[in-house]
Amino acid sequence: MSQAEGTATATPVPPREGDPEITSEVVADHGLSPEEYQRVRKIMGRDPTFTELGVFSAMWSEHCGYKNSKRLLRLLPTKAPWVIQGPGENAGVIDVGDGYALAFKIESHNHPSAVEPYQGAATGVGGILRDIFTMGARPVAVLDSLRFGDLDSGRVRYLFGGVVRGVGDYGNCVGIPNIGGEVQFDRGYEGNPIVNAMCLGLMKHEDLITASASGTGSPLMAVGARTGRDGIHGATFASEELSEDADESSRPQVQVGDPFTEKLLLEASLELIASGAISGIQDMGAAGITSSASEMAGRGGSGVEMEMTDVPIREEGMTPYEILLSESQERMLVVAEPGREDEVRRILEKWELEAAVIGRVTDDGMFRVLENGQVVADIPALPLTEGCPTYEREGVESDEIRALREADLSEHLIPEGDLTKSFLLVLGSPNVASKRWIYHQYDTTVRTATAVRPGGDAGVVRIRGTDRAVAATTDCNGRFVYLEPRTGAMAAVAEAARNLVCVGATPTAITNNLNFGNPLKAHIYYQLREAVLGMRDACEAFETPVTGGNVSLFNETDGRAIYPTPVVGMVGVIDDVSKIVRQAFRNVGDDIVLLGDNSGELGGSEYLYVTADLVAGHPPSVDLEKERALQQAVLRMNHDRLLVSAHDCSEGGLACALAECALGDGESPLGVRAAVDEDLRPVVSLFGESQGRIVVSCDPSKTDEVLRTAKRYGVPARRIGSVSAAEEGFALEARGASVSAPLDALADVYFGALPRIMDAPVSDR
Amino acid sequence: MKVAVVTFPGSNCDYDLYKAVQQVGAEAEFVWHRERGLDRFDAVLLPGGFSYGDYLRPGAIARMSPVMEDVIPFAEKGGPVLGICNGFQVLCEAGLLPGALVRNDSLKFRSHDVRLRVERVDTLFTSDYAQGQILRIPIAHGDGNFEADTDTLKALEDSGRVVFRYVDASGEPTEAANPNGSWHNIAGITNEAGNVLGMMPHPERAMEELLGSTDGVALFTSLVSSLSGASA
Repeated sequence: MSQAEGTATATPVPPREGDPEITSEVVADHGLSPEEYQRVRKIMGRDPTFTELGVFSAMWSEHCGYKNSKRLLRLLPTKAPWVIQGPGENAGVIDVGDGYALAFKIESHNHPSAVEPYQGAATGVGGILRDIFTMGARPVAVLDSLRFGDLDSGRVRYLFGGVVRGVGDYGNCVGIPNIGGEVQFDRGYEGNPIVNAMCLGLMKHEDLITASASGTGSPLMAVGARTGRDGIHGATFASEELSEDADESSRPQVQVGDPFTEKLLLEASLELIASGAISGIQDMGAAGITSSASEMAGRGGSGVEMEMTDVPIREEGMTPYEILLSESQERMLVVAEPGREDEVRRILEKWELEAAVIGRVTDDGMFRVLENGQVVADIPALPLTEGCPTYEREGVESDEIRALREADLSEHLIPEGDLTKSFLLVLGSPNVASKRWIYHQYDTTVRTATAVRPGGDAGVVRIRGTDRAVAATTDCNGRFVYLEPRTGAMAAVAEAARNLVCVGATPTAITNNLNFGNPLKAHIYYQLREAVLGMRDACEAFETPVTGGNVSLFNETDGRAIYPTPVVGMVGVIDDVSKIVRQAFRNVGDDIVLLGDNSGELGGSEYLYVTADLVAGHPPSVDLEKERALQQAVLRMNHDRLLVSAHDCSEGGLACALAECALGDGESPLGVRAAVDEDLRPVVSLFGESQGRIVVSCDPSKTDEVLRTAKRYGVPARRIGSVSAAEEGFALEARGASVSAPLDALADVYFGALPRIMDAPVSDR
Repeated sequence: MKVAVVTFPGSNCDYDLYKAVQQVGAEAEFVWHRERGLDRFDAVLLPGGFSYGDYLRPGAIARMSPVMEDVIPFAEKGGPVLGICNGFQVLCEAGLLPGALVRNDSLKFRSHDVRLRVERVDTLFTSDYAQGQILRIPIAHGDGNFEADTDTLKALEDSGRVVFRYVDASGEPTEAANPNGSWHNIAGITNEAGNVLGMMPHPERAMEELLGSTDGVALFTSLVSSLSGASA
């Protein structure tokens, strides 16, 4: 008998009156395979009751049990001297210096957002905030990583608009600044959008608290909002493919958020933690009371016993099954210190919230549920949380995707017509254009700590009372991962790290959100495995361990999977806020230096998507050693205060990167005169999305030192031009070809793209 | 001198305001909305945020909070009261300022820097600014569209009670510079006596170069110097 199967045994429990009989159909409806059901019976030593089946179904769903991903996740590096808390808790925690620790995590709300975008996205933000403040940290920043289909579809515009409003309304109301994120529009996400939300929280080291239930006899208390019938079986729902009728029939599985209650719960929780009246706290998130109570018992090596009639409920007549599986939002489970229950109640009352004792910690290792004193569920806690079967599957690449990757792109290398036209098309594509339309709906400056707002390479919040700041970014180009999963995943980590060094931060750790299709299909499992391996290699090379994250599988609509999208949420540390670097050019006459080489691929580029409606070819290769050297070199240059600006080259290639540096936030754009001389087709020089490149600007008196520093780190570097006056406009040459335009034309295309699509009257579309 | 920073359930700029007051050398103290007695304070600040989740209407529930029973007489006795963003909405709901703040004309939350022109420098809150000075200060609100009936608007303009106006870079109150549809590009107003100021932009977020602007500092130094002048 393995440790996970434990020694605690289930006692006989008579069936509860009114509960359905357990048939093979009922088992299948609960998402359990016949083999998994036999495993449940073995653990129980008898048939489970309907309530118990519901509990297993939720805990052994992909969302809670990671059954298809756990073995792969074990391959990821998780340790470094600065990691205080690795995977397994509500959030990862790292040391950021001066006695401060940073808790951070990313989480998905894809399925709910596909059905009800506003509430789906809002509750996604709510959940990730709770994961952070249950660690004892005060949330200080939110980022959102989004994917949708092409915006020419009305349904997609509805989803996009609703998600942005949901992310905004929730974070704005709670008062947590949004400091960045990303969005990609591609038909690969039509019908199944991706909504990942990341949160960062700061605390003093000594304020760290974990989610475990220990101390036999300690009271378990439900605090915050009441339990209702919303979101029942959300975790199981999130672990299935969406079908065409999902948007109607699945609405009841989507939770409804109340950010006002969340704000009160946030303040109350931090006050509870500071009071010392509690020893453990956990969000009742996915799978509600079931997962919070069983996981706390599992971590504490203890048991729990709960009386369902003591749980504050919103509506009469809820069964234990419903109460256990409700995903009503803004609720917490806390373990109080014995005798201090009234203190807990007083703190909650001050914040106009409820707290009720619903059970106690036991020492028998059982997850036991009572209704009016009658046992309705009695399950060994450890096998419930740790005994979920895990699978390793056969992974085979899809022939179709391999053919796309090997496709001949040569006809696209010699463009017809005017390259400036193509340039404006790429710059004005929603994937490259300014995301202002989004982040102007997000409060970015509340808490007065945001030193770099959205629109830069990474967001930065300073740590008050110190010289330090933390930076964060989310990155993943799903097209690259689709075409070549291992390379694409490495590119996601590499781009995140480049984004951080561009603002002056040392990359420190990541949280990941693995958004994939149905892993039971061999070509999807292949994508998942390859992506995890790519991520592993890059995280090892950059010394950025994975401290936690989220897995969202079954992202398919009517059998069609999304692009594999392993989103990387990376954090970094800036030890001196005076060294923060920004993206925009600042001074006329400054030199522009390009660091890194163009490796020559055009595959998966925005250029191909907008000019040829094509997602094909080899995505840019990733040389981890060269990436690492580039990061080190830029950090060194910044340390020596050589740089005026820095910007990563990514979507839209060098041409778009330079345009972004020139336009800045649109307040005071500057001109560009630059030329590159590479042994490549001009299209590739201008629009290729080769990795490992950063554009910096510096005072001409520092250029030699910038070039020397690059050389010392083995990073190719050359001066490609200079910043000019705004009237001179934008001009970039590549081997005889050139793109040029006045700045107001670029600004109109770049800043106007999303508003033109999203704010136009419906009749004009 | 001592400044009260009121916290309603759902306030979220109380901490920022508290820090801004401290930065200009005054003493700040949080006052929970159920606490009574404001006599020991020299000024009362109502912060931004979403008091009661903006449910019903922004500020509509907060104005019934116990603390407001003390804020009203404090203001009527001439005590300086400043409401920012949601605080402005509460002051309008409480009848301490005229007009109302309705949904932005874009129907969207708007969060970005705006330019403000200082219309009056002879108030408790603006004496350290120059007349006509153009400030760059963040806004972050969904309901900042100032409306009032024609007579009230005329009275506000005639008596010079518009303290801040949204303007463009050249100082003109254009439609493009107006982020929310406010009548006459109004961003901030005072009551008749001049001791109550309400404004939608957030001066407490413009206190440091690192965060993008220091144009809010003079508002707080104005308040402190006018108060220390009064008590001297």
